[in-house]
Formats: sequence, C-alpha cells, structure tokens
Amino acid sequence: MSGDSLDEIRKIFEEECIEGLDTMEAGLLNLGEGGSGGDVVNDIFRAAHSIKGGSATFGYKKIADFTHLMETLLDLVRNGRKAASPPVIELLLGCVDCLREMMGAIHSGEYDEARIAEFMQMLQAELLGDDDAQPQVVTALPEPVAAENAAAQGWRIVFRPHEEMLRSGNQPLHILRALTELGECVTRSDVSRLPSFESFDPESIYLSWEIELKGACSIEQVREVFDWVEGECELSIEPVGAPEPPAAVIAAVAAAPERRGSDRRAPVADDRRDIDRRKKPAAKEAGSIRVGIDKVDNLMNLVGELVITQAMLSQFGRESPEGLDHMGLRDTLEQLSRNTRELQEAVMQVRMLPVSVTFSRFPRLVHDLSTKLGKKIELEISGEQTELDKTVLEKIGDPLVHLIRNSLDHGIEDEATRIAAGKTPHGTIFVSASHESGNIVIRVADDGAGLNSEKILRKARERGLIGEDEELGRQQVNDLIFMPGFSTADVVSDVSGRGVGMDVVRSNIQEIGGRVDVTSTPGEGSVFQITLPLTLAILDGQLVRVGSQVYVVPLLSIIETVLVDRERLNLITGQSPVYRLRGEAVPVLSISRVLRVREDVIEGAAAERERLLVIVESGRDIVGLAVDELLEQHQVVIKSLENNFTQVPGTLGATILGDGTVSLIVDIAGLVRLSGLRTDLGSAASAAA
Amino acid sequence: MSLPLDTKILVVDDFESMRRIVKQVLHDIGFKDISLADDGATALPLLKKGDFGFLITDWNMPQMEGIDLVKAVRADPRLKGMPILMVTAEAKREQIIQAAQAGVNDYIVKPFTPDTLKAKIEKIFKGVAGK
Repeated sequence: MSGDSLDEIRKIFEEECIEGLDTMEAGLLNLGEGGSGGDVVNDIFRAAHSIKGGSATFGYKKIADFTHLMETLLDLVRNGRKAASPPVIELLLGCVDCLREMMGAIHSGEYDEARIAEFMQMLQAELLGDDDAQPQVVTALPEPVAAENAAAQGWRIVFRPHEEMLRSGNQPLHILRALTELGECVTRSDVSRLPSFESFDPESIYLSWEIELKGACSIEQVREVFDWVEGECELSIEPVGAPEPPAAVIAAVAAAPERRGSDRRAPVADDRRDIDRRKKPAAKEAGSIRVGIDKVDNLMNLVGELVITQAMLSQFGRESPEGLDHMGLRDTLEQLSRNTRELQEAVMQVRMLPVSVTFSRFPRLVHDLSTKLGKKIELEISGEQTELDKTVLEKIGDPLVHLIRNSLDHGIEDEATRIAAGKTPHGTIFVSASHESGNIVIRVADDGAGLNSEKILRKARERGLIGEDEELGRQQVNDLIFMPGFSTADVVSDVSGRGVGMDVVRSNIQEIGGRVDVTSTPGEGSVFQITLPLTLAILDGQLVRVGSQVYVVPLLSIIETVLVDRERLNLITGQSPVYRLRGEAVPVLSISRVLRVREDVIEGAAAERERLLVIVESGRDIVGLAVDELLEQHQVVIKSLENNFTQVPGTLGATILGDGTVSLIVDIAGLVRLSGLRTDLGSAASAAA
Repeated sequence: MSLPLDTKILVVDDFESMRRIVKQVLHDIGFKDISLADDGATALPLLKKGDFGFLITDWNMPQMEGIDLVKAVRADPRLKGMPILMVTAEAKREQIIQAAQAGVNDYIVKPFTPDTLKAKIEKIFKGVAGK
C-alpha cells in the first residue's frame, strides 16, 4: 500500500496532465466549430482546473499560475460573461500549446519564459477587457461595507447564530477563538434567548455575541472566519467608531447570503441537468490501471518463450515412443497449446489501444492548417475505437499527419475552384479505421481534385524518374508519387514540405510491416489506404526451405507460389534473373544469395534446387523468391536479433521453431533494397508493359 | 488527540495522481483502510454499500461533481452523519460557502501539505467526537 513512491505518482500526474491538455484542445476545437454549451466548456474548465490543482500540489508553481489564468478566463466563458469568440479560442489553444511545452520542460525546468510571459500577458489583457472580471475578486463583499474598509482600527461584530447551527457541525467556540487570533477581543454574550431548563434543547444554540475586535485586520479576514456559518446566522460587522448600525442594515447583511445562495442555485441546477445528459452517452468505462510498457513487453516476451516451449513439447509428444500414455499426453499437450494461444492473445490485448489515441491530434491539425491555407475544411473521423498495437500506433502517427497535410494542401481545392466545379464550398477529409480480414485498414480520403496524372507524369519526366517516352497505366502513374524526391507542389509551401514526403510515408509504413496504396478519381478526390498488421510481436509466417536453411516469409506479403518452368526464366548477365509470369517480368531473388548465406551445404541434385517461386509483394515491388520447399505455415513470435546478436539487414528478426532451431524471418522490402533491385524496377515494369 | 485510525476512508478524485497522494498522506498519518473512487457516480454506490466512516472528495469531477456527491450523502438517511472533507483547487469564497452550505465539514484548498491535511482531519474528528 505504501508502495507508491512520490516519483511514481508524479509520473501519473504528468500523464494525466497531457490527457487533460488533449481534452482541452479537443473541447476548444469543438467550441470553435460552433459546438455549444455547458458540457464542452465544463469539460475544458474541469481539465484546466485539475491541472492547476495537481501542478500546485506537485510544486510546479509556474504551471499552476499559468493554468490559473486560463481557468479564470474559462470560468467567464462558462458563466456566459465572455463569448467563446474565435480570438478567445485561438488564445486558449495557444495556451494549451504553451502548457504542453511547459510539461515537456517540466524536468529540466527550462521553460521558455518569454513565451510564457507573452501568453500570460495576453490572458491578462483578455481578462481585463471584461467588465465583470475585475470585481470578481471583490464580488463577495457587500458594497456599503467595502467602502469603509480602509481606515478601520477595529471591528464591532454582532454574531447571532441560528438555533440549528450546531447541527451542521459548526462550533461557535472555534469561531470566537479564531477571532482572537486577529486581534484583541472584548466579547459580550447575550443570554436573553435562553429558554427555561425544561424546554432546553442541547443541540440548539440560544446564545449570541457582540465582539469588539481591536486590530488592523481587514474585513475580509473577519468575514473569512464566518465563512462556514454563512446563512446560518445573523452577522453584522461594523468598523469601530461608526454610528450604531440601524436595524435595517443587519437585516440586509443577513439577507445577503440568502440572495447570493439563490443566485448560485440557478447555475447549479443547470449543471445537474448537464450531468444527467452527460451520463447517458458516456457508459461507464471499465476501470483501468496504468502499467509501464516495459512490464507488458516483458510479459509478452515471456509468453513468447512459453509458446516456443509449448511447440517443442508438442513436437516431442508427436515423436515420443510407444509405451508412454500416448493419448493422455497428446490430449494434455493439445490443451496446453490452446491455453498458451489464449494467454498469448490476452497479453497482446493488453498492448492494444484504440486508434483514437492518434486520431485525436487530427482535429487540431486540420483546424490550424485550414486556417493557414484559408480553405474551409471539415474533418470526419470514424472507427476511432478500432484497436491497434501500441508500437504500431506510435509509428503510424507521422505518416498519417503527412497524408492529411497533403490532402489539405494539394488535394482539396480553394473555395472558388470548388464552387466553379459545382462542389460544396467546404472540402471534407475522411479518416477511418477498420478491421479487414485480419488486418487494420486506415483510410485517409478527401473530396478534392484527385491526383493530376498529367502533372505527375510531367514532373516524373522532368526529374528523370521515368524515361521520356515511357507509357504508364493510371495506377502506375499514381504510384509515382511514392518515388523518392517526387513533389508536384507548384510552390513549396510550409504546409506540406518539399517533396521528401510520400516516399518517407511509404517506407515508414513498410517498416511496421504495412503497405500504402492510393486510388484517385479526377475531380472527385483521392483515397490513401494503409494496411497494417494487428501487432508487431507475432506474425503469420510461411516456412520455406532454401538449401539447408529454413526461412519464414510473412504470409501477408505472399501473393502466390508457382512451380518454376525453366523455359520462362531469363538469365540476363549482370542482372538478377527475370521470370515471365502471365506476361509480366518478375525479378527473381535468391534469399541465400542476398543474405550471403554460405551455400556449401547443398543437399540433393541441382534439379531439385530452387524449383519453386514464391511470388511476394512489398509496396509496388513484386519479386519471386526462389525456394526449394514449402513447409508448414506458423504463427511465429518475432525475436529481435539486435538484442542478442546484431541487426541483420534483410530480416525482420528471427524466431525459434518447434524443434529448437533458429530461423530468420525475411523482410521483403529489406531484401529488395539489399539486392539493389529497387532502382531498376521502373524499367522492369516498363519491359513488362 | 489520537485519531480513530481504523476508520474506513473513501477518497474521491478524478485525477489518479491526486487520489494516490491523498491516500499516501492518509497512510502516513496511520490510516489503514483507504478506498479510492474516480468520481461521484462511482463513489456513491460504494458509500451506500460499505461502512465508510469518512469521505474525502474533490469538487470538479466528471459524471457527478463533488458538491453533488456531498448533497447526495447528506440526503441519505444512513450516510448523512458522515464527516466530509472537500479537497479542491477552488479557492473562491463563494465556492467555499457553497460547499459549507452543501454540508461539508471542512474544506482544503490545493496545494496542501501533509501537515495541513492532517490538521484538517484532526479538526474534523474532534468536531465529530465533540458532538
């Protein structure tokens, strides 16, 4: 129970702050789009408030002060005393950014003071611009008393508790004692209301007091003492020397809390209605705990080991000699394998996060960029509850941001062009995620102009990416945008960069075992489709034998396997052999040659060698892998070679097979890169055409 | 005075870090039986079910705010006598008054030190014992 070190709690606090900032940002964007009402503002306010409270508690005074100003402004918006105008929202969004930076610098303490000061000044200016903001500090004071505040030498206090005050747990003795801390007190008790002993109720108060307090304290200090009994007593505070207060004033002051109370009651009732409304859609989330990712990874690793042990046992069980309790052993092993599989799935589930974690950045991105570009653009997101492995999720963010930037900058036309083309004045970007046949598919689509084939071809020729007289199909033209160094932006803008874009997007996605494709219809828009594996930790593999080695080929990348017909194999000197497959030329790679595995342990006759071709694709590359034999398909646990050995180019890592041997997992994209095929692929494709 | 350290306490806050820090302080004071809830809506059924003797709640929370939780507790015939401490960053006077009127026994403004929290708790138990 006492295991929580302060550091650990601090870490949680920091995470919660980041989440709070996300909430604020999302809420502010929602407000900016005309999203209305209490709920949204309340959420933003609550987030700011929690950050303020937490940072104060953990000693981050700068952050607490900063959020305090934001909160004050938000409070005005919440109370309807300030409109959520675009400038106010922009300012608050800027503040969120600034706070985020502060959170980033929380350990070093190296805040960007100038920037912080700038924002605080802007906030203050915004607050001062409000008529109601100023009195807020003073609001609590009834007008007539405030005026006499300054010169008082002491106070005459009449304190007449209501009979039932004791029942709310308030003890007049404490109050009187607290007064003595402010100065010298002369206290007179009024016992005139004391009833006869028979009717005396021990839980009621019959006394009242008149106190003369001498001391240079302010009326606020005096009032503070009575904060707890507001509305439960009659109270009058007068500066000493002032004329005897007329009865009417006492009544007025006593009534004041009542009035204030009813003032407040109205918004409270509203709040409650808001809460009721909020309750319905927000079905209570299942409880959760925070666990370091390294712990989960370790668990994952252990389960991986277990899967391997189980596979070894199974093999052992199959091969075990007669005489043992055969059936029993086999059944038990079967059960073990089922349990292991379930455990593995359950552990993997722990690593899964909804894509909304990444998607939540996009509303802000689209908001900022569309403002900058002067285009009206709406963002529609769907399937944000689809879950993905955390590692995949982290790596997919940047490519997605790039795709969205591109769509905004190049895809969607400006308003005039859209109207001229008979489209809606505002463009729309659709981002969606879904499960499709064991993979996760993320789409970024826009209803813009679509890819301009002519422009792409012209640029590609200018840049020498393709030959002058090469003819390409539509899809091949579209695929050109993924070539390194390709950019069609007429003017390099600071929104979508200078042509280091799409090839990086593609290679990033390939790195996590995914692929990206584009389809586009002129005048109607483009769709970028990213297909991703569910997880990086295990993969469906096809085991293949080449010579004495067994390799694992990711099943996702295999298109088909064909028996080699030697007639169709073209050996061109100085280049990789090419296989003619249904009129297309497919480069043939030998895994062992590319990976430089020594081939001195070749078994079997030459005719038996490399008689199968596994046709695989990686991005737009299609190659054939020459193999000797297809073995079984397996779900394999990917073990990083880096940790235990060294990184081997052309592989995704290794796995341990059921018989205990280590097998390399082939990385198709890496193999293609290693073989040097990539650069002449364009010509291979054109030879096929 | 010696505190009734066997009192079962419920700490309600939507920020996990704040929950844990309050729990830590309570633990350091010597309380052993501390439960946590992340907002009023989760806390209320817990309170109704369990035999809690003390409630510490935040104000600003989703689903059900602290002030509404306090009102709900005070409206429940079985729970209405439970001592309540409100922990919050609301330092405004009118809000303190609102909390007092809703029936909290005391009020502590973030940031607080373990000592202030301890003092408030002592004061509350003293008040309860004195009645």
